[in-house]
Amino acid sequence: MHVPILKVGPVLVAAVQDELTDSGWRELRDRLVERAGRDRARGVVIDVSSMDVMDSYATRIVDAIARILRYRGADTVVVGVQPSVAFAMAQLGLRLPSAGTALDVDEGLVELQRRKHPAAGQHDS
Amino acid sequence: MTPDRVVPVRHEADVLAARQAARVLAEKIGFSETELTLIATAISEIARNVITYGKGGEMALEVVTERARRGIVITARDQGPGIPDIERAMQDGFSTGNGLGLGLPGTRRLMDDFHIQSVVGSGTTIVMKKWKR
Repeated sequence: MHVPILKVGPVLVAAVQDELTDSGWRELRDRLVERAGRDRARGVVIDVSSMDVMDSYATRIVDAIARILRYRGADTVVVGVQPSVAFAMAQLGLRLPSAGTALDVDEGLVELQRRKHPAAGQHDS
Repeated sequence: MTPDRVVPVRHEADVLAARQAARVLAEKIGFSETELTLIATAISEIARNVITYGKGGEMALEVVTERARRGIVITARDQGPGIPDIERAMQDGFSTGNGLGLGLPGTRRLMDDFHIQSVVGSGTTIVMKKWKR
């Protein structure tokens, strides 16, 4: 359950391919924080399209990653939340205030660009 | 009533196993993808409580038929310290020492039926049901 982290220019892409245990999520957090510094990343995309479940713990860790990386100058976008997973997350009342979201990796990269260079009239969260 | 599966819930890997076991069982009776995800998510939340607050326990999974409808019943049991104030624990925003809350009100929203019984000093039992639409 080792999540591959790929470097795409100034962005790191973590593709979560297996269901992770709680410690698996914490390991991903620690590795991403370490890699973001080492690779001087300006943005991180976390792809959860293979995940059947995003429960309160996973969501909390992902948001913590976004908060931590913000202190390191990088933005975080979660991509690929499946429709049924989105439904369950909303029913459960989960929130992801610090991480952005986008439909897929492509849209995630666009969202990171937008966050670094917000167009006139748009508010950077 | 004999459960179809009983899954031990002692270590965090058991959370994934319980989730998977319920998914396989619920798939057999034809739940939709969204319903399967709601069930798996509810199991994830409750199984974590069993480990974190209940000091471990088990989950029994059972397919039930009532009149024309079929569903799945999940019974989670632990012999932990119990929940002193269930009414409060069932309120949104209630949280325990670590500030994370038990997630019980959210989990109840994922299921059709949710019952909790807890005796301080001897443990907690949660029975939750989901009917196939």
